[in-house]
Amino acid sequence: MSDPQIIDRQEYNITAYTENQIGLLNRIAIIFSRRKINIESLNTSPSEIDGIHRFNIVIHETEEVVRKIAKQIEKQVEVLKVYYNTNQEVIWQEMALYKVPTDVIAEKASVERLLRENGARAVVIRKDYTVFETTGHREETDALIKVLQPYGLIEFVRSARIAIIKHSDGFNRKLREFERTEPSSEVIENEYLNSRDKVFTM
Amino acid sequence: MLTKEQPAQALREQVTTTISGAEATLRALLAEDVDTIFGYPGGAIIPIYDALYDFKEQLNHVLVRHEQGGIHAAQGFARASGRVGVVFATSGPGATNLVTGLADALIDSTPLVCITGQVFAHLLGTDAFQETDILNITTPITKWNYQITNAEEIPEVLAKAFYIARSGRPGPVLIDITKNAQQQKFEYNGYTPCNHIRSYRPKPIVRPEYIEQAAALINQAQRPFVLWGQGVILGKAEQEFKEFIEKSGIPAAWTILGAGALPTDHPLNVGMLGMHGNYGPNVLTNECDVLIAIGMRFDDRVTGRLDKYAKQAKVVHLDIDPTEIDKNVAATVPVWGDCKETLPLLTQLVDNKTHAEWRQRFEDYQTQEVAAVIQEELFPTSEELTMGEVIQQLNELTQGEAIVVTDVGQHQMVACRYARFNRSRSNITSGGLGTMGFALPAAIGAKFGAPSSTVVAVIGDGGFQMTIQELGTIMQTGVDVKIMILNNQFLGMVRQWQELFNDRRYSFVNIASPDYVTVASGYGIAGKRVTERGELQTALQEMLAHPGSFLLEVMVTKENNIFPMVPQGCSVSEIRLR
Ligand SMILES: Cc1ncc(C[n+]2csc(CCOP(=O)(O)OP(=O)(O)O)c2C)c(N)n1
Repeated sequence: MSDPQIIDRQEYNITAYTENQIGLLNRIAIIFSRRKINIESLNTSPSEIDGIHRFNIVIHETEEVVRKIAKQIEKQVEVLKVYYNTNQEVIWQEMALYKVPTDVIAEKASVERLLRENGARAVVIRKDYTVFETTGHREETDALIKVLQPYGLIEFVRSARIAIIKHSDGFNRKLREFERTEPSSEVIENEYLNSRDKVFTM
Repeated sequence: MLTKEQPAQALREQVTTTISGAEATLRALLAEDVDTIFGYPGGAIIPIYDALYDFKEQLNHVLVRHEQGGIHAAQGFARASGRVGVVFATSGPGATNLVTGLADALIDSTPLVCITGQVFAHLLGTDAFQETDILNITTPITKWNYQITNAEEIPEVLAKAFYIARSGRPGPVLIDITKNAQQQKFEYNGYTPCNHIRSYRPKPIVRPEYIEQAAALINQAQRPFVLWGQGVILGKAEQEFKEFIEKSGIPAAWTILGAGALPTDHPLNVGMLGMHGNYGPNVLTNECDVLIAIGMRFDDRVTGRLDKYAKQAKVVHLDIDPTEIDKNVAATVPVWGDCKETLPLLTQLVDNKTHAEWRQRFEDYQTQEVAAVIQEELFPTSEELTMGEVIQQLNELTQGEAIVVTDVGQHQMVACRYARFNRSRSNITSGGLGTMGFALPAAIGAKFGAPSSTVVAVIGDGGFQMTIQELGTIMQTGVDVKIMILNNQFLGMVRQWQELFNDRRYSFVNIASPDYVTVASGYGIAGKRVTERGELQTALQEMLAHPGSFLLEVMVTKENNIFPMVPQGCSVSEIRLR
C-alpha cells in the first residue's frame, strides 16, 4: 500500500522519432522486456518528416524508470529523439471497431441512438453484419462494448494509442536545430596507426 | 593498384571498377586501416576468404581455434592498441560462437567490427543449412548490427560500422553478409569513410554551465575524491586526467577497467575501488564531501549497496554517455561529454590544492591494509606460494611495463590489485561480464595489437581450460605470449564464496587439471611448473627471457581468500579485511 514505487506509477506516453529501419522495433522492444516492463500499447507510423518514423509507446511506470528508458531508447543509433509525457500532457486517441449482426441493429431503433450517443459511425454495412467505428479514450471505446454486448457483439478490436504532445513546436524544427547545434564531429582518423608505441606513453 | 604502404590512400580514390561484394568488404577494411583480422572460415563466408587469398600481403588473418577465441583476441587487440578489432565468422554456429565476446565487448565498451557470413538471401527464414537469425540473437549485445543482402550496400554499411564502433562510447558492431551479396559483382565507386549519421550523436555537446558548477563544487570541497574508469582510456585523455588531479590535488581511485590510466606509483593514485578493492578508497567513499566520477558507470561491483553509497557526498559525474548519468547514482552536477574535452575545461577552473590531511587518511587506511592483508599476501611467511607473491615478483622483473591480461576469478582480483601498471592500456581484463576463458585469446590479440610490449596472461586453472584450444593459434602464428597459470586446484572465487557464505559446502568447485606443461609441449610451446618459492624468480626470468611463448604453471595455496572484500549486499564502508 505505502510502496512509493507503486503509488508513483502512472501511464506515460513515450514518443520516439526514428529512422525507418528493419530491426529497430526489436531493439526498442528489448529495452522494455529486459527490465520486465510490459508495453501497454505500441504504435509506429510515418511522421511529418519524410523517412522519419514515430513510435508511440505507452507503459505504466514511475517517472524515474521512464526517464531512464527514454534515454536508453534515444541512445540507439537509429533513434533521433525521444520524449515522454503523462496523459495530461498529450492529446491521445485510440480507435475501435465493433462487428454486430445487421438484423439486430436494423430491428432495434434504440441501437441507432446509442451509437450516435457514443460517437460511432458505420464503416461497413452488409446483410449479415455491420461494422462500427469509434475513436476516443479507453473509457469511451470500452463503453460501447457494454452497449453492444446485448445486441450480439460478434467481434471487437482496438488499435494502439496515438498521441500528440501538447506543448511542442513539432519535431521538424527540433531536427533542424539538432543538426545545427550538434553536428557529428569529423571522423577521427586512426592517429595511433604507425605510432603504436605512443599509445603507451603517459 | 593497392600497395601495402598506402592501402588506405589508394582505396579512397574514386575509381569505378567491377568487383565482388567479398572484395569490397576487404577493400573497406583496408580503407579503415585494418591490418589484422581474427577469424574462422565456413561455407557461408567462403567468398570473403577466397578474396582474402589475394589480399594476404595487406591483411594479416589469424586463424583461431574457436570463434569465441577469435572475438576475445579482437577485444585484446582493440584494448591494447586503441584500434577497432575485426573478426570474421561463418553463419550459424560460427556466428553464435561470437555471442559471449559480443556481450563482453558491449559491456566493456570495446570497439569491434564482426563480419559474419549468412546463407543466400533467398534462403533466409527457411531454416536453411547453418542459418541462424544472428541479427536478432545479437541485437541486445551489439551497439549496432545490420544485414547486407546486396553487394552495393557493402562500402557504405562498413563505413558506418567502423564509425559507430569507434565513435562516442565505443562498442561492438556486427555486419551479417549473405553469401549472394559476397559473390555479387557490382560497380564499385571507391570507399568514403563515414563521419556523420543523421540519427546518431556520439558526443553530447559540452555545457559550460555544468563545468562551472562542477568547478565551484570542487573548489569548495574539503574532502574531494575522484573515481575514474575506462572512459579516461577510451577518451585517450590520460594526460588531461593527470593534469586535472595534479592541479586539484585530489586523491583518485580506479575501477578495474580504469587501471593503468594513471601509473600505479603516482602519488595521487590511492588504489582500486569495489568488491575486492582497497580499504581506504572504499571506506572513504562514504566520507568524502564531493565525489567526482570520471568515465565510470557506478557498476554494482564498485558501489555495493546503493542506498548506502556516498549518501553524504555531492556527486559530479563526467561521462560521454548520457544514459550513465543518474542511472545508478544521482549526479549533483552532470558533465556530459568526452572527458578529453571536459577535463581541460575543468582543470582551468579548479584551484591549485594539496589536500594533505585528507590524503593522509588514505595512507592511514593503506597502512592498516598492508598490515592486515597485503604484507602476508605479497611476502608470505607460509610455506605455500600465494598468487600475490607471483604478481609481486613479476612486477620486479617487468617494472610495470608489461601488458597484463587477466582471466576471471581470484587471480584476476589479485593481478588487478597488485600488478604495477606504468602505461595506459596495459591492464586487459573482462570487467563487466566477467568472462572466464577471456585471457588466453585476449592476450594473443593484445600481442598483435602491441607487438613491442611484453604480454603476460594471468589465468586460473578453471578459466584456462575454457579456451585452452587457443594454444593452437599460438603454435601456428608463433605469437609471443607469456602464460601464467595460477593453479589452486579449485574454481577459486566460487570456492571463496562457498566458504564465506555457504558454510564451506564446496559444491563442484574442485577442478582437475591436465599436465599443462605437457599439453603446451604438444603445441610446441615451452613451459615449466613451479611448486617451490625458491624456484619462482628464476622461472619467471626464464619465461620473460624466452624467445616466443612460454607457459608457466605456478601451484599456489589451495584455499586462499581475496581480501579486503565488500560482501554482496553490503555497503562499501562495511568492507572486511578478513
Ligand atoms: C564463463 C564463466 N562461467 C562461470 C563463471 C563463474 N565464475 C567466476 S570466477 C569462477 C572460478 C574461476 O576459477 P579459476 O579459473 O580456477 O580461477 P581462480 O578463481 O581459482 O583464480 C567461476 C566459475 C564465469 N565468471 N564465467
